[in-house]
Amino acid sequence: MKRLRIFLWVLVGVAALAFGLFAYQLRQPKDEFVASAMVGKPIPPFQLRPAVEGQPGLSSADLADGKPRLVNIFASWCLPCRAEAPHLETLREQGAEIVGIAIRDRPEDVAAFLAVYGNPFTRIGADDISEVQLSLGSSGVPETFVVDGKGVIVHQHIGDIRAEHVPNILAKLREAGA
Amino acid sequence: MRGAALILALAMLVASPTLAQDSLPPAPYAYQQLDDPEQEAQATALMHTLRCLKCQSQSIADSDAPMAGDMRHQVRTRIAAGESPEQIRAWMVERYGDYVSYEPKLGANTWPLFALPLLMLALVAFVLRGRLGRAKGEGETGSKPQ
Repeated sequence: MKRLRIFLWVLVGVAALAFGLFAYQLRQPKDEFVASAMVGKPIPPFQLRPAVEGQPGLSSADLADGKPRLVNIFASWCLPCRAEAPHLETLREQGAEIVGIAIRDRPEDVAAFLAVYGNPFTRIGADDISEVQLSLGSSGVPETFVVDGKGVIVHQHIGDIRAEHVPNILAKLREAGA
Repeated sequence: MRGAALILALAMLVASPTLAQDSLPPAPYAYQQLDDPEQEAQATALMHTLRCLKCQSQSIADSDAPMAGDMRHQVRTRIAAGESPEQIRAWMVERYGDYVSYEPKLGANTWPLFALPLLMLALVAFVLRGRLGRAKGEGETGSKPQ
């Protein structure tokens, strides 16, 4: 009888522990971001046609010429990308070179977007079927990768860049040798 | 009043829907099946076990998100090019981690998934043995239970 009683109390304890764990997990903010597993690895080879007239497209070779860069994944149809635009401009003013990858976008839409929200990019490639985005392990727009001069991804920023993120991104860029 | 209502009705006619989706057509193989039924079956089976990244409780086979369509295009074109489903899954996992796959592999992070059921079974076996063994023992000595 005594052993049974101890066993039952152990069961109650286990159940309490399990419910405690559920309660704790339910109170945690849900992390909806899927981080890229490509951080620390070289950018896979790719070649994208220009996303707008008058500005060059983007290839992986452009990202391995010795200069660290920001690779910004954006789209004209993406609302947070509009909010991000002034902060990309700040980054550019502080000396960052930024190249863009426009996801599922038409040239005229990209041109209209840049005309309204500014153009901080030196090159913009058009990724019509998210192929390069998938190969980088990016799961949405906007996202920004810090790529060192050898073409290795050193940092991923998920979501729109806000004013408070600018110093960290600049620091990562400097660490990469800018 | 009537004029205002008319203007409102006209405004609603010409209003464009909120800009939240892209305007490009889906990738070629997002909704189109492969010609070879065997390859299509392989692709479909794989698509049901890859997680949509935009809509995280659906598989890419279930989701209409443009990105899920682009992932289906990747799966179908790679199958058509002769890659095996497990190669494609590995390619996805290399980019997005275990998260993207609905078929967990035994690994440093996932072993409790596999160990827990075994532990439960062992526990059940242990308890059952104790009970059955005791009942049998009691039957032999002829004592009444409890």
